[in-house]
Amino acid sequence: MNKNEKAGYDRREFLLGSTAIAGATAAGALLPSGTALAQQGKLKVGLMLPYTGTFAQLGVAITNGFKLAIEEHGGKFGGREIEYVTVDDESNPAKAPENVNKLVQRDKVDVVIGTVHSGVVMGMAKVLKESGTLWINPNGGAGAMTGAACAPNFFRTSFSNWQTTHALGKVLKARGHKNAVFITWKYAAGEEMMEGFKEGFEKEGGKLTKELYVPFPQVEFQALLTEIASIKPDAVVAFFAGGGAAKFLKDYQAAGLKGKIPLYGSGFLTDGVLEAVGDAGEGVETTLHYADGLDTKKDKAFRLAYAKTFKLQPDVYAVQGYDAGQLLAAGLAAVKGNVSDKVGVIKAMEAAKIDSPRGTWTLSKAHNPVQDMYLRKVVGKENKVQGVAWKALADPARGCKA
Amino acid sequence: MKDSRLTQYLPYLVVGLLALFPLVESTFYMQLLTKVLILAIFAMSLDLLVGYTGLVSFGHAAYFGLAGYALALMAPKYETVSLWWSLPASIGVCALFALITGTLVLRTRGIYFIMVTLAFAQMLFFIFHDTKLGGGSDGIYIYAKPLMKLGEIEVANLEKLEHFYWLVLILTGATYLLLHRILGSTFGRALLGIKVNEHRMRALGFPVFKYQLASFTLSGALAGLAGYMAAVQYGFVNPEILSWHQSGAVLMMVILGGMGTLYGSVIGAFAFVLLQEVLSNQAWFGIAAKHWQLAMGIFIMLVALYMPQGLAGLAQKFRRKPAEEAADE
Amino acid sequence: MDFAFFLIQLLNGLQYGLLLFLVASGLTLVFGIMGIINLAHGSFYMVGAYLAWSLSSMTGSLTVAILLAIPLTVILGMGLERLLFRHLYQRDHLYQVLLTYGLILVFEELRSLIWGDDVHGVAVPALLNASIPLTENLSYPVYRLAISGVCLLLAAGLYFLIQKTRLGMMIRAGASNRDMVQSLGIDIKLIYTLVFALGIALAAFAGMINAPLSSVFPNMGGQVLIICFVVVVIGGIGSVKGAMAASLIIGLAETFGQVLVPEVAGMIVYVLMAIVLVWRPEGLFGRS
Repeated sequence: MNKNEKAGYDRREFLLGSTAIAGATAAGALLPSGTALAQQGKLKVGLMLPYTGTFAQLGVAITNGFKLAIEEHGGKFGGREIEYVTVDDESNPAKAPENVNKLVQRDKVDVVIGTVHSGVVMGMAKVLKESGTLWINPNGGAGAMTGAACAPNFFRTSFSNWQTTHALGKVLKARGHKNAVFITWKYAAGEEMMEGFKEGFEKEGGKLTKELYVPFPQVEFQALLTEIASIKPDAVVAFFAGGGAAKFLKDYQAAGLKGKIPLYGSGFLTDGVLEAVGDAGEGVETTLHYADGLDTKKDKAFRLAYAKTFKLQPDVYAVQGYDAGQLLAAGLAAVKGNVSDKVGVIKAMEAAKIDSPRGTWTLSKAHNPVQDMYLRKVVGKENKVQGVAWKALADPARGCKA
Repeated sequence: MKDSRLTQYLPYLVVGLLALFPLVESTFYMQLLTKVLILAIFAMSLDLLVGYTGLVSFGHAAYFGLAGYALALMAPKYETVSLWWSLPASIGVCALFALITGTLVLRTRGIYFIMVTLAFAQMLFFIFHDTKLGGGSDGIYIYAKPLMKLGEIEVANLEKLEHFYWLVLILTGATYLLLHRILGSTFGRALLGIKVNEHRMRALGFPVFKYQLASFTLSGALAGLAGYMAAVQYGFVNPEILSWHQSGAVLMMVILGGMGTLYGSVIGAFAFVLLQEVLSNQAWFGIAAKHWQLAMGIFIMLVALYMPQGLAGLAQKFRRKPAEEAADE
Repeated sequence: MDFAFFLIQLLNGLQYGLLLFLVASGLTLVFGIMGIINLAHGSFYMVGAYLAWSLSSMTGSLTVAILLAIPLTVILGMGLERLLFRHLYQRDHLYQVLLTYGLILVFEELRSLIWGDDVHGVAVPALLNASIPLTENLSYPVYRLAISGVCLLLAAGLYFLIQKTRLGMMIRAGASNRDMVQSLGIDIKLIYTLVFALGIALAAFAGMINAPLSSVFPNMGGQVLIICFVVVVIGGIGSVKGAMAASLIIGLAETFGQVLVPEVAGMIVYVLMAIVLVWRPEGLFGRS
């Protein structure tokens, strides 16, 4: 019921959005002289990312990655220098439309890059659909952005929540697990990851015995761990992130479940927290579009350059920011920096093959990465790659009529 | 009341100038101003409680957010709704919710009152955050702006930014006048009396509880008006609009402006938004802008310590007319 | 739900409740005795946790870190009382809400500047790093039990301090009549400073000993703050006994809520708080 309604909306919304773009491009085509002028100035890039609060670290990693990509292009995209406008979105969805408006209307940026929090992504989508501004999302995995609410000017260089757990079904099947329990926070991202896993696992003949939810953003897991112990599933699949993930891994071990019921998860469960959890993460297997020890030329070069420039080790967020830069570079190179040729930019970006540290990926019709999902295993302080769990996994983009 | 001519006409002048604003600037800053005016309505509604009734609510965002969700849920999927019924209905929902919660929370006082208002707001937050009712934690869209039509004539087209701006400006003025009227009446004076000395008013035979409840309900309804407009402005509502941070922010506006003076709330809303804009402006503060909340926090603390009467109090001091100050009290 | 399962959940609930008490006890003390509403209480919890992490990674021992950190937090508390809170005793709660709201922002940004935005872990002391098996695949961490023990000790200590000592007597007298105590020649200002510092130290201490369980991460204070307010208000402001009772009630409600009615688990505590306040507006153990 709910889904049908959503799909209904989208149609209308998509039509609105696409007419806006069509209009813009028509105007661009009619005014070739104006484009020459536009090329003179700097390209305005609006970064709308969290620089304060819980996700501040992610905002910084994405910004660094993006800037590294630009640096590698000689500080220019399509021959144009870059001017940054930064807005701290505070990961506050209530302020999202207003914050993105700052970039679109006040600063008149050519492209918006953002953001981490999926509620803020939804707020941005509303404004950017109407304005038709080019938008590259370097993290927030809300399915709707490249699903029900998709639009020609929306691009994502990270993942959809669905993608990060879907491949786990195959993995669990291969391990001989017939049933599993999924545990996550009660909020949209958690529920979408649960759906992604459930679909993948059931297709393989597995059974999701129970969905367990912890009120967001609480970190008291004891009650549900006890419940898991009494259900005795073949496997547990989890999604938490940041401090919650660290605590969950520790609690799972302390409750004696570790080693008795194998733990799997969306890659974020073990990303950025391994230093914090000691040996509690050891052996946990997750799927994600990036991993440690990929050992490709591109990845090595990227890691080296990143570490040298920022005195920090890169993570998956830095990769996503870096790829946002690469995707934009591809789009602008095709139109020689003439960003007002929106159709040209979009076409070029759609066709781009991104040579990413995570491996080469392309965009789906709905503009979400079609990418390999790696199976990773925690070894020491690293999420060591074990192989590819799903080759070129594409988000189903349900409800997207693009 | 021997206000000089200037102060007497100042409000009209300000409103007049504000009304002309769309002729100067028609996109971002007009929208920002629209938002400030909406927050001003919101802050005035809280001032009625905090400044005039002596009840500190720490959950006022509940009514603000509830109205937004009411609109989102009332809006049919493919058509636009009429403002004529959706606005009163949204406000009505808020008033009803305020009436119900009011009868319960008004049994408590002081810190307990602060906390129990927070509790009701949190309940509402979790209802919208944890259930699919309003799109869950990702929020819900309102696709088209409400219609304002009289018969076949379109009174205003809210898709047009300046029309919406003018509507909000009118509503801000109307809210101010309404509250001014009410507070000047016997009812308003009784509220102030209750604020100063509840027991005495009760001894004098005033139905204290009924007065407080009326004030609480009106306050909730006006917060609903602001919330409805906020939802219309950006077409997006998210559980975060009823979080305790939002309740804290509006309380901050009321105190910053100067509580117990309606115009103070308006000033407070302006100042609060302005401050955020300035402090987080990377063009001016560079890398320091990343830690803008540090400056904001220090500023808030300074206000709490040294400016208990807020900006309005500051203005009154500069008028240097102690007699007037006493009369204002 | 079979009986063993029920018993274990009961244990979980009680243990969680004791943890809550640890954080809430300082809050209720400052609340009750000085009438200060302190939204920044969660920030002190966070400061404690970060101190435990940074000092234990420096010294290599959590015990040493805690011994070093406690005096630091006491000094912090005394300093803040002298500089800021002292000016607000006679004023409306409103200004306390405001001041401490500002403090939250300040502490959060200072944390970001000093310690960064990463998630960090603190190791459980080796002596307590063990588990007691409960069922075939569930066991109970000894450290959790140790924390529960500390909570109970602390509760007893607080009770003794307030009810049986001379200082406690002065504190109680000061809470009910500031002027009278002053006229008896007791330095009420000093007492307030001490009580405030004690409250801060309790919050920070809770952060410290809980750090090995919870990890250390940005905004960790915000998560415990609101729930502690609920505890204090349900228990009755200023009542250590009430805080204990309310902590256990909330702990049990959250635990069984998540298991039995997961759809509405998030709002259970608030519903509970509303019911209590409507039924007993001054809390379970509050003075009316």
